[in-house]
Amino acid sequence: MDAMVKSQLKRISTQIRKDIITAVSSAGSGHPGGSLSVADILTYLYFKEMNIDPQHPKNPDRDRLVLSKGHCTPGLYATLANRGFFPVEDLKTFRQADSYLEGHPNMDKVPGVDMSTGSLGQGISAAVGMALAGKVDRKDYRVFAILGDGELQEGEVWEAAMAAAHYNLDNLTAFVDYNGLQIDGKITDVMNPEPIADKFRSFGWNAIAINGHDFDEIEKAVEQAKSFKGKPTVIVARTVKGKGVSFMENLASWHGSAPKKEQAEQALKELDDYLAGL
Amino acid sequence: MSDKIATRVAYGQALAEIGGNENIIVLDADLSGSTKTDSFKKKYPERHFNMGIAESNMMAVAAGLASCGKTVFASTFAMFAAGRAFDQIRNSIGYPHLNVKIGATHAGITVGEDGASHQAIEDIALMRSIPGMTVVSPADAVSANALVKLAAEMYGPVYLRLGRLDVPVVYDAGTKFEIGKGITLKDGKDFTIIANGFMVHKAMEAAEKLEAEGISARVIDIHTIKPIDTELIIKAASETGAIVTCEEHNVVGGLGSAVAEVLVKNRPVPVEMVGVEDKFGKSGKPAHLVEMYGLTAENIIEKTKKVLDRK
Repeated sequence: MDAMVKSQLKRISTQIRKDIITAVSSAGSGHPGGSLSVADILTYLYFKEMNIDPQHPKNPDRDRLVLSKGHCTPGLYATLANRGFFPVEDLKTFRQADSYLEGHPNMDKVPGVDMSTGSLGQGISAAVGMALAGKVDRKDYRVFAILGDGELQEGEVWEAAMAAAHYNLDNLTAFVDYNGLQIDGKITDVMNPEPIADKFRSFGWNAIAINGHDFDEIEKAVEQAKSFKGKPTVIVARTVKGKGVSFMENLASWHGSAPKKEQAEQALKELDDYLAGL
Repeated sequence: MSDKIATRVAYGQALAEIGGNENIIVLDADLSGSTKTDSFKKKYPERHFNMGIAESNMMAVAAGLASCGKTVFASTFAMFAAGRAFDQIRNSIGYPHLNVKIGATHAGITVGEDGASHQAIEDIALMRSIPGMTVVSPADAVSANALVKLAAEMYGPVYLRLGRLDVPVVYDAGTKFEIGKGITLKDGKDFTIIANGFMVHKAMEAAEKLEAEGISARVIDIHTIKPIDTELIIKAASETGAIVTCEEHNVVGGLGSAVAEVLVKNRPVPVEMVGVEDKFGKSGKPAHLVEMYGLTAENIIEKTKKVLDRK
């Protein structure tokens, strides 16, 4: 990847991380850990890869993204806002009763949200439906889905995985945000879903393992997924929960709790320092 | 009124008849011979997808297809649609109000020999509790055919409750139906029987017998439980002063409850309910089960006497 492009993506993803902190601390609740871990993937998809137009969020020929791990709305909303789908300022109304920015994605209220999700396991199925519609209509849009690693414990994920392979949905690419942690602790302690890539392979998928914070690796994997014919692709992206905020990194406790005012200030300062160094 | 046809058969035929609309996609979960979507599959195999025995996935796949502009019919047994896939129907279809029609066949105890595990008696209660969901339970093949087509024409989620058993045809071919509008099949002044599904036929049978005893029963088919025809129900309560509801569903949460909700808020009159009395079904011949569970004209007549005493 071109150094300029990469530097630009890093700047954007850092800004998105700042906005995640702002949204969650304004709300006093929400899910910062998994939003921070998936920020680089969202940044790459919305700022480099996807065929989308913030002025026409319902264009039938657009690429689609389903946030199957729907609780990571801070990440998705911060990305959509920075991409121009709605004002960044609105992130401060996240989770408020008079705001359109629902705690979990709502496709009717939030411009750029392609599917309402939140109940885990269902988003990947909806993505399968979108990919199937693309095949029926012979359209060349692509469908992306982002799964949590804990979410893989939902049986429906594997029903969807079977269906995607059965119908040769090579227009579908799923990411697994493999940060290794869920609410109650390590995924391997709670209910071990590993080996993740091998499981998807045995379900008939093309599987690629990458570092989910490395834009070169993300790009290479997405390009490989796009050129791989006949099978859906899963990109198992190793990530760090809470990535970019030192005191949040690799702690399950930041799955679903908001930073206090001083903690938010500290987090924003760290991210600003990182931005200054880019 | 001599023909007997299952409403699931009418469902399959209706799908085949409207299948020329290329926007329609039909999903099934390994039951296309039973849900009768195979009649659509024969004509339009490229738009019929078997999702295997994975109903939860099927419902959310339907949501994804609908988000891309498709009119999707997702078919399986009522038990595995409303029951197993409730969360998917609620969150992926109902909450975003997507254009998915749930073709739920084999509803109620007339499933017969398969027994309680396959006899949904809770599905209407579940489905009508979802905001924005339209819930339809046709009486016969004629109304089922028409209501399936009307469901396809309207935007939004619809739950179509269909039966396995061959049931008498109540309506003349060509009868006009409207989703949300009940039909007065017989006028009467002493009380009103409000029924749906195959119990409409039983209601007519009971009304005829009561007529011989000098009791004049009005009979209304509330094929759409949601949105319910409030006006017609209030009018019946005002003019006849007592109601007996009849349904092949638990008396908790179904048609009887929906009618009672309308009445207590608008025009309270005595109500008696004929339905499954809050117990599970069982294996047996459908005709035998119908007797055992009191889904009969005789039970309607008994409840009529009770309701008239309370008038």
